[in-house]
Amino acid sequence: MSLAKRIIPCLDVDNGRVVKGVQFVNIRDAGNPVEVAKRYDEQGADEITFLDITATAHNRSTMVHMVEEVASQVFIPLTVGGGIRTVEDVRTMLNAGADKIAINSAAIFNPAFVQEACDTFGSQCIVVAIDAKKVSAEGETNRWEIFTHGGRKETGIDAVEWAKKMESLGAGEILLTSMDRDGTKIGFDLELTRTIADSIQIPVIASGGVGELEHLCQGILEGHAEAVLAASIFHFGQHTVQEAKQAMQAKGIEVRL
Amino acid sequence: MDQKLVAVIDYGMGNLRSVAKAAEHVAPANTRIIVTHNPDEIESADAIIFPGQGAAKACMSALLETGMIHPIQQAAQEKPFLGICMGLQVLMSHSTENEGISCLDVIQGDVQHFELNAHPNLKVPHMGWNQIQQTQEHALWHNIPQNSRFYFVHSYYVTPNNQNIIAGTTTHGTTFASVLSQDNLFAIQAHPEKSADHGLQLFQNFLQWNGQ
Repeated sequence: MSLAKRIIPCLDVDNGRVVKGVQFVNIRDAGNPVEVAKRYDEQGADEITFLDITATAHNRSTMVHMVEEVASQVFIPLTVGGGIRTVEDVRTMLNAGADKIAINSAAIFNPAFVQEACDTFGSQCIVVAIDAKKVSAEGETNRWEIFTHGGRKETGIDAVEWAKKMESLGAGEILLTSMDRDGTKIGFDLELTRTIADSIQIPVIASGGVGELEHLCQGILEGHAEAVLAASIFHFGQHTVQEAKQAMQAKGIEVRL
Repeated sequence: MDQKLVAVIDYGMGNLRSVAKAAEHVAPANTRIIVTHNPDEIESADAIIFPGQGAAKACMSALLETGMIHPIQQAAQEKPFLGICMGLQVLMSHSTENEGISCLDVIQGDVQHFELNAHPNLKVPHMGWNQIQQTQEHALWHNIPQNSRFYFVHSYYVTPNNQNIIAGTTTHGTTFASVLSQDNLFAIQAHPEKSADHGLQLFQNFLQWNGQ
């Protein structure tokens, strides 16, 4: 008996609609966030993450409304990210019904913001999202750095040191995405995941690269992640969350079924 | 038809709306759920839900500022009362969080941090779905199977002086009291408002409970 490892479907949101075309079998209008969230809840998702991919001021109010709608009908934890820059942004999303807030580039431009958010609202609701890319050459000791702008801009910040710093500022969790693997469907960067998970006490969510159920198991067993996040594998009806959990359980991983 | 008034106590700490929404989702037709920081409304309510998130010190300061300490202590003695997460921890006498702080002292005992020295690989916060072993029969466990999973997120846990009031335990490195029950009071470390069907069932049970 212990804590279950979590599966977290991730949804990209643009102007209040889920994009990237989520398609459940026999369900139409799959861009409705409430419908999509309900469906994942029924499948046994442990949490749901919404990322506002445009994050403009105009979109912000639409996003708040969307979170309110989902939170009034789906009773599992909701994480919201994308363009969160101020304590006021965090407060607005929490009041709308979000449980956790993912902070990404604002943490890099202003690390004190992470501390301020944690001091104000508690570590439990602050997730720092890290987009990391391998920068060491073949044969060198592994080294990863933080990138912004979807992996296009380097910052020169070491990913492991950054994760430790975010923990010390009070972050409750790290959402770790490998920019080398994102969208490739060849599996997580397990070395990156394990190196960071073993360096900090707070939980790590592995992200980037899931193409089959086995990858989810690897993220837990070999990457030492507490949770695994995936998008397309679930969105296109390739697998349900339930199937993913059964696959994990078959490997001896504790899950909520 | 008599109306039942349920007050969700608002002292500016966290997920009140989620708690109210989850309770509303399963509330019988004659139940009205309000979110309030008005001591008069707390006094006139038939049942109380006391949520909370964040740090103990910030919670206690917020309770002090809103003049809520006495009304809560009073309500916790006399009507159906559901404490959730920080709303469990601040009911205790004392917390070691923030270099030590006195709490509401409704339940005698302490709040302490997960022991990292004894369990070096333990992830803290304790975040995610863990099982609650029901150690007592209780009306609020109705239709909730033994060892059901609830959603937790916390770094501290309660240690009541009186072991007999423990109604549920959970294991994360150590086995700790995740649910306390004392007369009209039931308090849970997990978040029923985020625990899917079992959490909703717990709210439904609470809304039908007369506190005995």
